[in-house]
Amino acid sequence: MSDFIMPSMGADMDSATLVEWKVKPGDRVKKGQVIAAVETSKGALDVEVFEDGVVEEIYVPEDTEADVGTPLARIGDGKGVGKQPSEVAEKAEPTATPEAEKPPTVEQPPVTETPAPTASGTAIKSETRHDQPEPKPPSPPPSPPAAEKTDLRSRVWASPAARRRARKAGIPLSGLHGTGPDNAIVLRDLQDTPPTTTETRPGTGFDRPQMRAAIAAAMSRAKREIPHYYLATTADLHAAEQWLADYNQHQPPENRLLLSALFMKATALALARYPELNGHYGEDGFVAAGQINLGMAVHLRGGGLVAPAILDADTLTLPELMHRLRDLVRRARGGGLRASEMGGGTATVTALGDRGVDTVYGVIYPPQVAMIGIGRARRRPLAVNDGVAVRLAVDLSLAADHRVCDGHLGALFLNEMDQLLQQPEAL
Amino acid sequence: MNRDELRKAVLEELSSIAPDIDMTTFDDTANLQDAYDLDSMDALNLAEAVHKRLGVNIPDQDYARMRSIAELLDYLTEKL
Repeated sequence: MSDFIMPSMGADMDSATLVEWKVKPGDRVKKGQVIAAVETSKGALDVEVFEDGVVEEIYVPEDTEADVGTPLARIGDGKGVGKQPSEVAEKAEPTATPEAEKPPTVEQPPVTETPAPTASGTAIKSETRHDQPEPKPPSPPPSPPAAEKTDLRSRVWASPAARRRARKAGIPLSGLHGTGPDNAIVLRDLQDTPPTTTETRPGTGFDRPQMRAAIAAAMSRAKREIPHYYLATTADLHAAEQWLADYNQHQPPENRLLLSALFMKATALALARYPELNGHYGEDGFVAAGQINLGMAVHLRGGGLVAPAILDADTLTLPELMHRLRDLVRRARGGGLRASEMGGGTATVTALGDRGVDTVYGVIYPPQVAMIGIGRARRRPLAVNDGVAVRLAVDLSLAADHRVCDGHLGALFLNEMDQLLQQPEAL
Repeated sequence: MNRDELRKAVLEELSSIAPDIDMTTFDDTANLQDAYDLDSMDALNLAEAVHKRLGVNIPDQDYARMRSIAELLDYLTEKL
């Protein structure tokens, strides 16, 4: 028996709002199954369970914000189903997550403006926190409605269907008058409400001020704590371009590759050779990661940034990698990213793309230790043999953590990437 | 399928790729990359959507030359 907890979703997130349970007590779950959805400053994420079992009790109701590490539900063998639910507020106290490891808090950005409540009912977090790592005392009898007892945040009552529609349409529940039981908001209360502003337009799926605050927190921490060093080199893409054109010539669009896939694969293979750039820097210093989960900074249309990871990127073939890349970008923009993808990156690539600039100097995403930058691939004069040729070329850059390695190693890494790109057929 | 129907279908697909674009004021002749911030992945997704919906598999080298929706519609009109 164990608790299903609010997972970590990156260094810049220390809490999230549980917006949907996809299971109920008594349901059997399988390892890897998505059982809940949470709303974060970076949009909605699906959360998977990491064991087989039966959902015995749900501790945290929908639309409740909870810190990373908070138990959300109990997963067991099924014998404990139907046990009295514990008091919600008790369960949702901050838990075993060591305070020192917590990233800067996102809820209180040093700005005077308070973001308006969002569709998901994200409310200002309660200031009352008690450090209480002890197991919960015996549960008092439940007193419905349970959430009234929660001191975590104000709760708006609404039916799941109404909640879903409101979320989709970007309508804040807090502004509605409920006509259901206990003044709960039901579907009919949403009927006359027009969808709102571009800020919450379908497809964007994230709260802009919140995301800005999350990026600010992570990047401030990076620049405060990580002594970055920066390197860049130019890679000739002539061979890659030729190979790609040949490959794509007879492929339907769904099977075509983009240069991005080659860049990601070259990065992953180079990281495998230089493990000092792949891992996390924590309280006890640097720990190299056992696998290469390559994060990719995805620019969200309308502003904003997320960096979900492609797990085990070095083991994927180019077509597999391309498929994952497209899937990840689609889900980053349209919703459906998983918590494991958000929290699992071991190094990250940022590519500014066709409308970018020649060189990008990245800021490391803590607790990672390297950010690999891919500039815009464009034609430029290069020295080839004894002459000058106009070639497609790209600037590769590296921002790395000087606590872990030095420029010598970083240079070897970038040169390795360059070499790998000269043999695209081997990627 | 006439050009208006074709345009409607293509813009519907584009809208699902880039929901933030206002289709009511869409400029067919504008450069998709510069005016609407479509990147190479978006462009590839549009080619895939066109292939699935209209059955036209635009070869990569032809597709790379298209800069606007008007050019895409010209090409599709010829093929359909």
